[in-house]
Amino acid sequence: MEKQFLIAGFGGQGVLLIGQLIAKTAMREEYEVSWMPSYGPEMRGGEANCAVVVSDEEIGSPLVTEPPVLVAMNKPSLAKFMPKMAAGGVLLYNASLIEDVELRDDVTVIPVPCNQIAEELGNQRTANMVMLGAVLGATEFAKPESLKETLREWLGEKRASMLDINWQAIERGAALKA
Amino acid sequence: MKGNEAIAEAAIQAGCRFFFGYPITPQNQIPEYMSKRMPQVGGCFLQSESEVAAINMVYGAGGAGARVMTSSSSPGISLKQEGISYIVGAEVPCVIVNMVRGGPGLGSIQPAQSDYYQATRGGGHGDYRMPVLAPGSVQEAVTLTQDAFDLADRYRTPVMVLGDGLIGQMMEPVDMEQAADRKPADDLAEKTWAATGHKATEEAPRAIINSLYIDPVVLEQHCLKLQAKYDAIEAAECRWQEEMLEDAEIVIVAYGTTARIARSAMRKCREMGLKVGMIRPITLWPFPEAAIRATLKTAKKYLCVEMSTGQMIDDVKLAVNGERPVEFYGRTGGMVPTVNEIVEKLESMKTAPDAVEQLIGKTGAALDQVAGAAQKTFASLGQKIEQKVNDPAFVQKTEDLKQKTGELAGKAMDGLAKGATLLGEGLTKAFGALNNLVSGNNAATEEKNDKEGQD
Repeated sequence: MEKQFLIAGFGGQGVLLIGQLIAKTAMREEYEVSWMPSYGPEMRGGEANCAVVVSDEEIGSPLVTEPPVLVAMNKPSLAKFMPKMAAGGVLLYNASLIEDVELRDDVTVIPVPCNQIAEELGNQRTANMVMLGAVLGATEFAKPESLKETLREWLGEKRASMLDINWQAIERGAALKA
Repeated sequence: MKGNEAIAEAAIQAGCRFFFGYPITPQNQIPEYMSKRMPQVGGCFLQSESEVAAINMVYGAGGAGARVMTSSSSPGISLKQEGISYIVGAEVPCVIVNMVRGGPGLGSIQPAQSDYYQATRGGGHGDYRMPVLAPGSVQEAVTLTQDAFDLADRYRTPVMVLGDGLIGQMMEPVDMEQAADRKPADDLAEKTWAATGHKATEEAPRAIINSLYIDPVVLEQHCLKLQAKYDAIEAAECRWQEEMLEDAEIVIVAYGTTARIARSAMRKCREMGLKVGMIRPITLWPFPEAAIRATLKTAKKYLCVEMSTGQMIDDVKLAVNGERPVEFYGRTGGMVPTVNEIVEKLESMKTAPDAVEQLIGKTGAALDQVAGAAQKTFASLGQKIEQKVNDPAFVQKTEDLKQKTGELAGKAMDGLAKGATLLGEGLTKAFGALNNLVSGNNAATEEKNDKEGQD
């Protein structure tokens, strides 16, 4: 079993964090994992992406060149990576920022209104958590409890009060369907 | 943990207390981490004014017997070469990390393996070698960094950890507890040669750290001493990993990140029935030549995969020594080869017998198919005939036909009998006529003969 994810968006949208939390949660469940960010002369507002591989055997290539699961947080990312997707894959896109695009019909498409839901929850910064929840719902890469534990650990004691709002965002995302 | 951070922490756990460096992508997390951690463990982190300054600080701290490290990426490592050569000459232990990026020149900041020649051939001036360790995962980066300090102390030599941007930037699970528990190798001698400002004693005479030998006779002896050391390293410290070699007809040779990608390609090819295996050199110098020669018993071809235009391939060819073809696949300038590219290359390398066998296999299968189809057709034909035969209408028709045939046959027999009688009569008459004719002829001839005899 090997699961590959490519998560892309603007720098600052929390795309690297989505990937890290996926990797850390799968690691908690004893899977082999790798997390590889794009790096370069990048900055807030520029393009950012990361590749995550989860496997039950030693991971070969940590790169994801034909993503079976693509998370696109903005339009340029969708335009760049959707054509590279493997047929039959799962495409999750931020429907709050991406409109009027032609989507592939050979992949499962899940529109995720990240920013809209985050706004409803009263915290725009949870938009990436809505998407993380949607990835969990669509791919079941780990048990929800494992993700909650990872999130708790990541927030630490200082930000423990943020757990509830982030978890609500994840649950809203996980409830979305194709 | 990120590869860069893991290397920094591993160094601290291995007793490294001095770090000197100058920033450059893609290894910046090493100095960043060191700047935070060194003060916590009572060590020294210093961001120098240049790479040249940093390597000479390493020279100094190492010469005083401390465990010391520097890190950089390709252009910065080029700047350090002079210092590295001095460190080799003075036999000072230290660890140098190179997170290789695309070159030449300032090149790019993306991963590459184009510093192989520089790392394994010395890099700086003079007659020397340097152990080069190439990690293939973040966990291995931790172990190799710690081993590098032991190797450096054991042989009084700089040791290079050669990664690439990918190993440095990637996050993977690592066991840091194991790294923390690790003790330096117990065969390491006390550094009595170190220049610590100590008073000269019989066990530790006055120490001078120096790489200048004006007298060529003395320098030659020094170089031969270094060479003997390199022979010892070659004999004892060579490392590599073997994968799926038992029956491998095509053997991949790849290191570091490229070996990870090649491993995925190898697995894909195995699923397609191609007998592919891999040797991953962990020490690039000393190069695992014997391990490669051991694969000659099954290997028909070799494929060297690198993120360069082909550097390690020279060592593979030297090992194979012309006994098998060695092919190459590489991307360079910061481009990373993909699994599919390597699979395609491996498929194109199918050896002739393999191709023929496959062709025979295919032909056989096609023939079987044709035979199968024919059999089916016959079977269905037989079935149809049987159906027809058992059909009551057909049976009736056949019966009618039989009767008619019988009647016809009877008539025909009658006709034939009549015909035969007539024929007999006719023949008798004909024979009679013929007989008469012959007798008549005879009489005439006799008459004629008589007449002639009379003349």
